[in-house]
Amino acid sequence: MLRRMRKSTVYFIAGGLIIFVVIQLLLSLGILNNYWRGIIFWGAAISMVALGLNLIYGFNGQFSLGQYGFYAIGAYASADITYRWVHSDPSGIVVVLFGSLLTLGLYVAVTAFLRRFYGVTVMARFTFYILATILAFAIAVAGLVPLLGPAVNSILQVLPAAISRQIVFFVALLGGACLAGIASFLFGIPVLELGSDYFGIATLGFTIIVKVLLDNTDTILPFPEMKGARGMIGIPQWTTWPWVFASLLLVILVMRNVLHSSVGRAIVSVREDERAAELVGIDAATTKVLAFVLGSVFAGLAGGIRAHDLAFLHPQSFNFIQSFNPLIIVVFGGLSSMTGTIITGFFWIFLLEGLLRLYLPEGFETWRLVVYPLVLLVMMLLRPEGLFGRYEIPFLRRVLPPLPTKTVEIQEEAV
Amino acid sequence: MNGRPEGIAPEIEARPVVLEMDNVTHFFGSLRAVFDFDLTLRHGELVGLIGPNGAGKTTVFNLITGVYRATQGDIRYKGAGLVGLPSHEIIQMGIARTFQNIRLFSNLTVLDNVRIAYHPHSGYGLVDSVLHTKRFRAKEAEMAEQAQEFLEIFGLGERRNDIAGSLPYGLQRRLEIARALAAYPRLLLLDEPAAGMNPQEIDELMDLIHFIRDRFDLTILLVEHRMRLVMNICEWITVMDFGEIIARGFPADVRKDPHVVEAYLGRQAVEIR
Ligand SMILES: Nc1ncnc2c1ncn2[C@@H]1O[C@H](COP(=O)(O)OP(=O)(O)OP(=O)(O)O)[C@@H](O)[C@H]1O
Ligand SMILES: [Mg+2]
Repeated sequence: MLRRMRKSTVYFIAGGLIIFVVIQLLLSLGILNNYWRGIIFWGAAISMVALGLNLIYGFNGQFSLGQYGFYAIGAYASADITYRWVHSDPSGIVVVLFGSLLTLGLYVAVTAFLRRFYGVTVMARFTFYILATILAFAIAVAGLVPLLGPAVNSILQVLPAAISRQIVFFVALLGGACLAGIASFLFGIPVLELGSDYFGIATLGFTIIVKVLLDNTDTILPFPEMKGARGMIGIPQWTTWPWVFASLLLVILVMRNVLHSSVGRAIVSVREDERAAELVGIDAATTKVLAFVLGSVFAGLAGGIRAHDLAFLHPQSFNFIQSFNPLIIVVFGGLSSMTGTIITGFFWIFLLEGLLRLYLPEGFETWRLVVYPLVLLVMMLLRPEGLFGRYEIPFLRRVLPPLPTKTVEIQEEAV
Repeated sequence: MNGRPEGIAPEIEARPVVLEMDNVTHFFGSLRAVFDFDLTLRHGELVGLIGPNGAGKTTVFNLITGVYRATQGDIRYKGAGLVGLPSHEIIQMGIARTFQNIRLFSNLTVLDNVRIAYHPHSGYGLVDSVLHTKRFRAKEAEMAEQAQEFLEIFGLGERRNDIAGSLPYGLQRRLEIARALAAYPRLLLLDEPAAGMNPQEIDELMDLIHFIRDRFDLTILLVEHRMRLVMNICEWITVMDFGEIIARGFPADVRKDPHVVEAYLGRQAVEIR
């Protein structure tokens, strides 16, 4: 078994193991205090969000500012599940988990149904999927909560508290990621399939809408526990290093495996030349939706990790200015370099939220919005391919082409 | 029969119809790019479509492959209507094309260019890719082998890891044909495959076109300005001018047709011999 593995795989496993053990030790021994713990966890979350964006923008060529919207959805959804659970209410688990599963089932059915017709318009398909989603969640809220709630509750109560807590957390992370995926699917069908040049603007609008909704969770939305613009408190602080590590690893592995497959090549071909891709038989619209949903799922998962480390969520941390963060990270790290994205993601949080916060005077906060764009501008001028260009560690490497200069120009327009 | 010249051998006329275009008309705004166009191709034929610049030849290809939707008329592939279908579905039905201006994925490797076209036939899905299942590994290996085989046929085997855009022009043209064939087409549309080639390369191209038709059992529609190529390999020819068909027949007859001579000599100096 070991002998069949590639050298790069062995190195990757060994490196991952070392990082995992060293950080776990530093945390257990108290060498890294809570502040630095938070920085590391945050860095991992941001890296996941940025990897998702790199899939969407770097590899698929679709400029998006929507990542923070999906990050927020994942954070709030998973937080709501665990919050309700610690307040002895299993409805969050039932609604999100079973609602999502039901939705996915209905999507499969709707897709199979629509495939039997030729020339179904995008809006018609969108309507079908919206109705399926509403139906699924209506069933989950009205039917499954009273039906399955007590059962779920009693099963989890029977288990030892430590174990049921991990299960609930797992479900919360999964649920947050699923909801982000569903939201991105519904958003992506009309916006991506219509081939709009305004995709970037639409995703920015999406992030703003999500933020506004979060400001009003207790008024127009029926979630008083989220407390609207005052911020959600009382989220259990369940994120631990193993969860962080496992989530990041999962995102890296899924993204790598997808990119190294025929699906990944189709994704890249759409970035290279959408029309030509269509004319060699690639379904460009579906490919774009796929990359977009996958990237958003990564963001949703990261949201759950972040929420349960911070134990406090505020809509302000998901506003549209924040949504430029993953973009800056991806551009800095190098479009279509996973390695660059991960390193830059950690470095970004470490430097800007860690070191500078500690050592720079108070007023720096305000200046950050001036400094970031300036740094970005200098970066674009001096090294448009990003710090890492297209470097990948061997495990993540494949015979990937250099980026087309076209993509670099788009970046400049975009920021 | 519409869309075909008189006097084709009866055994060819007995073959099944592959492509049928009936009264196809296409407007770009008020510009009539294609008017009342008809064409019927039978299995295994190698047919030419010629005409002066701007005659509407590329537009005919674009209408067949769903780049534009015909303003009017009917296009059928093996009996199935194509008008209104998205390009990728049309391609997946078994039609492949090349482009007048080469449209390779020029930042990707030669191998990836071919493998991308193979995607609809990859035989595995997202779940297989994520989990690296046995099926994934088997199909990936098969795909790499298949792609390599195509590349060898086109003399590109050694170049598999080169970036497509860095290949010399003639090889890029060949790669485009290789990529088109990777999708297992039955009907191949070639848009000026000899453009920019020298006489020797054109000779090689003629051999290649004959070879792939027999090897892959193709029906081929060829747009070309280089008359030596067209007159030598096409079984019959349709001539367009200003979007309309002005002549149709065997190469020897078309060459002498007064309309054709006038269309070409009237506007530009293209050698017909
Ligand atoms: N997308 C378009 N929009 C508007 N007009 C177009 C478009 N594409 C082609 N045309 C026009 O339609 C006519 C036919 O063009 P087409 O490209 O089919 O000619 P062609 O026969 O392929 O010529 P060539 O030998 O130069 O390639 C030309 O007048 C051209 O300008
Ligand atoms: Mg043309």
